[in-house]
Amino acid sequence: MSTAEIIARCEELYEDTTFAASRAWKEAEPGRKVIGFMPVYIPEEIIHAAGMLPLGILGGGDELEVIHGDAFYQSYICRIPRSTIELGLTGRLDFVDGMLFPSICDVIRNLSGMWKLMKPGIYAKYFDVPQNYRDDIGGKYYQQEMQELRHDMEKISGRKITDEAISNSIKIYNEHRQLVRDVYALRSAEPWKVPSSEVYLLMRAGMVLPVEEHIPMMQAYIAAAQEEDRPMRDNCRVITTGAFCEQPPLNLIKSIEMSGCYVVDDDYMMVNRWLMEEVPTEGDPIKNLADAFLHHSADSSAKYSDTQEKVGQYLYDSVQKNKAEGVIFAAPSFCDPALLERPLLAAKMAENKVPHISFKYAENSGQMQPIREQTGTFADSIKLWGKEI
Amino acid sequence: MSANAQTEVIKDLSMLKQKEMIARNYDAITSAPETGQKVASTFVPGNLNELINSFGMLNNLPEINAINNGMRKQSGAMIMDAERSGHSEDVCTYVKADIGMMSKGNIAPNGKPMPAPDLLLLSYTGCFTFMKWFELLRKEYNCETVMLQVPYTGDGVVTDNMRDFVVKQLKEEVIPTLERVSGNKFDIDRLRENLARSAKAEDDLVWVLDSAKKVRSPIDAYFGGVYYIGPIFTAFRGTQDAIEYYQLLRAEIEKRMEAGLGPITPEGDMGEEKYRLVVEGPPNWTSFREFWKMFYDEGAVVVSSTYTKVGGVYDQGFRHDPENPLESLADYCLGCYTNRNMPSRVDMIENYMNDFQADGLLINSIKSCNSFSAGQLMMMNEIEKRTGKPGAFIETDLVDPRYFSAANVKNRLESYFQMVDQKRQSSRQF
Repeated sequence: MSTAEIIARCEELYEDTTFAASRAWKEAEPGRKVIGFMPVYIPEEIIHAAGMLPLGILGGGDELEVIHGDAFYQSYICRIPRSTIELGLTGRLDFVDGMLFPSICDVIRNLSGMWKLMKPGIYAKYFDVPQNYRDDIGGKYYQQEMQELRHDMEKISGRKITDEAISNSIKIYNEHRQLVRDVYALRSAEPWKVPSSEVYLLMRAGMVLPVEEHIPMMQAYIAAAQEEDRPMRDNCRVITTGAFCEQPPLNLIKSIEMSGCYVVDDDYMMVNRWLMEEVPTEGDPIKNLADAFLHHSADSSAKYSDTQEKVGQYLYDSVQKNKAEGVIFAAPSFCDPALLERPLLAAKMAENKVPHISFKYAENSGQMQPIREQTGTFADSIKLWGKEI
Repeated sequence: MSANAQTEVIKDLSMLKQKEMIARNYDAITSAPETGQKVASTFVPGNLNELINSFGMLNNLPEINAINNGMRKQSGAMIMDAERSGHSEDVCTYVKADIGMMSKGNIAPNGKPMPAPDLLLLSYTGCFTFMKWFELLRKEYNCETVMLQVPYTGDGVVTDNMRDFVVKQLKEEVIPTLERVSGNKFDIDRLRENLARSAKAEDDLVWVLDSAKKVRSPIDAYFGGVYYIGPIFTAFRGTQDAIEYYQLLRAEIEKRMEAGLGPITPEGDMGEEKYRLVVEGPPNWTSFREFWKMFYDEGAVVVSSTYTKVGGVYDQGFRHDPENPLESLADYCLGCYTNRNMPSRVDMIENYMNDFQADGLLINSIKSCNSFSAGQLMMMNEIEKRTGKPGAFIETDLVDPRYFSAANVKNRLESYFQMVDQKRQSSRQF
C-alpha cells in the first residue's frame, strides 16, 4: 500500500465528524462499548483491557459548523469545548458510552460537569493525574484513581478487568507507542519523506481506530514512506509546540511546511507518546502505569515542573535531539496552559539561542496567508542568519 | 442622599478594624527583612494560614495584591507592562498584574517595597492558572517552592483517596518545607489553637452571611461581602484579630436588623430593597465603587454570592477542626467553591435562590478566570429552568480596566431589573 492510499484513508477518518469507523467497530459485535476521552492523556490500557474502544475526541475541526456550542461559552473561551458540545448535542457522540475529561485545564475540567448536566444518563468523569511525582505520594494517589477508573470501566463493560488483561493491553500499547516513536524518528531523520501533514493524519487515525488496526497502519506507512522518492528541499528544521489540546486545522500544518519548514517534532495528540518508554508487563500493571507516568512521561504545559531547571527542558532536549533550528509556538487562542507557559519556554529558548516565533490559532482558523508569511519569514531568517537571530 | 455624602465614605467600626489589621499586616510584611520574620507567598483558595502562622511566618497573597492595585487604579499599567514583556493578552490578569507589579518595584499599599518571599507555597486549589503562575514567580524570585495539589472534586464528593493525598503532602512535603524555611519545628498544639480560633470566626461569618435571608437584608453579600470575607480569606484566619473582627461585625449587623436597616454602602444606608439577587462570579475591582453604585442606586441588594465562598465554604457546615488538624485543612481545601464540580455549583446556587428568596441570578463573567467562567451560561440556564427566576449575564474582568465598560454594564443591569419587574407582574397575574 502506498503512503497516498494510507493517508487517503486517514484523511477520510479525519474528516468524518460522525465517527463512522468507531460506530462500525461498536456495531460489529453485540455488547461492544466506546469510551470517549479528551486531551491530553488517559491510560487507554484500562479501557482496552475491558474490551472497549478508547475514542479520542479532539473537537470538531474546521469542518464542523458550531451552532449550539457557541451558546454555551463566552467569546474569550477557546473553541474545543464549543465544538465538543456541538458534537454531543447533534447526536454525533450518541454511540459513546462514557466520556473522560483528563486534567489539563479549567475549561476541560468544567466541561466534565457540564457533560454530567447535559447528559445525565451517560458516564462522565474528570480524570485526575498527580502533579506530585513521588511514588509514595503522587504515585499512591494516582494508583487509586486508576483503580477507581478500572472499577467504573468494569461496570460499563460488564466485564471484570484482570491484572493479566491490563498487562496484555500494556503490551499492545507498548508496541503502538514504539511505532509512534518510529514514525516520529523517521520524520526527524528524513523529513522530506514524511510530511508533517501525513504524520498528523496518521496519528489522528489512531484516535478513532482500535489500536490493533492502527498498529498495522503505521507499519505499512513506515514501510511505504521509506520507499518514497520525494525531493529534499532547503527547508529549515523547526519544532511546533503548544497544540496539545485544541488542534490546528490541517491547512495550518500544511502551510507551515509550504512556507519552508520541516517540522521535526510537535505535540499534537500527546496521548500517543505520553509514556516515553516501554511500560513493564510483569508485576502489578496499575503500579507499572503509575511508575511510567511519574518517571517516564512526556512533559507539557499541563504538568507542573517541580524544579526551575526542568521548566522548558523537554523542549530544549527536543531541539537538540531533533537538530531543530527554531521553535514555533503555535497555541490555540485562550489556551491557559500553553499561553501561561509560553514566556517561560520562550525564555528557555532565548537563553539557549534558539530562534522562535509565536502565533495563535483556532481549530477553525481559515486565513492561512498571514501564518504562511510569518513562518516563511522565520524560515528565511534562520536560513540567512542562523543563530544570530 | 446628599451630594456631600457621595464623596464621603461612611465606615463602620468593623471596617476601621479591618483596615487597621490589613495595614498592620502589610507593615509586618514590608518590615520582614528587619524583623527576620519569614514570608510565604500563597493563594487565597486553599490557603493554609493556620499552618503558616503556626511556624511564625507571614503570608502574602498575590491575588490580594492584584486586587489592591486594581482598586487603586494601578493594575492597568502593570498588566500592559507584563504583556509588553511577552505575556499573552488572553491569560489571567491577576498573573499579569502581579508580574507587572514586580517590574514596578513590588510596592505595597504602605508605600514600602515588599520583600521577596522566602517560600512559594503553591496551594493548587480550584484553578489551573495557579500552577503556572507559581512557575513564573519561581523564575523571578528563585526561592524555595512547595506545592500542595488539591484534587478537583469532579464527581461532587471528597473521596478518602483525595483527603489522604492532601494530608500526605502536608505531612511529607509542606510541613518539612515550612520547618526548613522558618527554622521552627512543627507544633501541632499551636496549629490546633489556630484552628479553634478559625472555627469561632467562621461561626460568626456564617451568621453574618445568613442574615441576608431576612427580607430587607441588612447586608449586601457581594459588594459588602468582599469586605466581610476579607479576614477569613487572607492573613487573619486563625488569629484573635479575626475573632474580634467578626464579633464586631456581627454586633453591627444585629443592630441593623433590629433597626430594620438595609445594607451599608459607601454612601451610607441603602434605601428601599427592590431587588434581591444572587450573584455568581468575582467582582470587577478596577471600578468596584462604580459597579456597586449601579446596584444600590436601583435598590438591588445581593443576598448571596458564590465569590464569597471561593476562599472556603462555611455556610454548609464545614468548620476547621482542632481535633483533626491536617484532615480538616484537607477538607477545607477540597471544599473551596471553584474546586467543586459544575453540578454542585448549580445546586448551591439553586439553594441560595430559594433560601434567600432571590428574584434572580446575575452572573458577572470574568474574562480572566476560566475556573469560574467556563460553563456559566449553562449554569444560568439551569437555574432559570429550576427556579423559574430570570438570569442575566454581564462580562467584565478582575483587574484589567480595559474590560470594564460602565455604559454596557449599566444598560444590561437596567434591562435586567425591568425584566425582574415584568416577571413579578406576570407571576401576579397568573
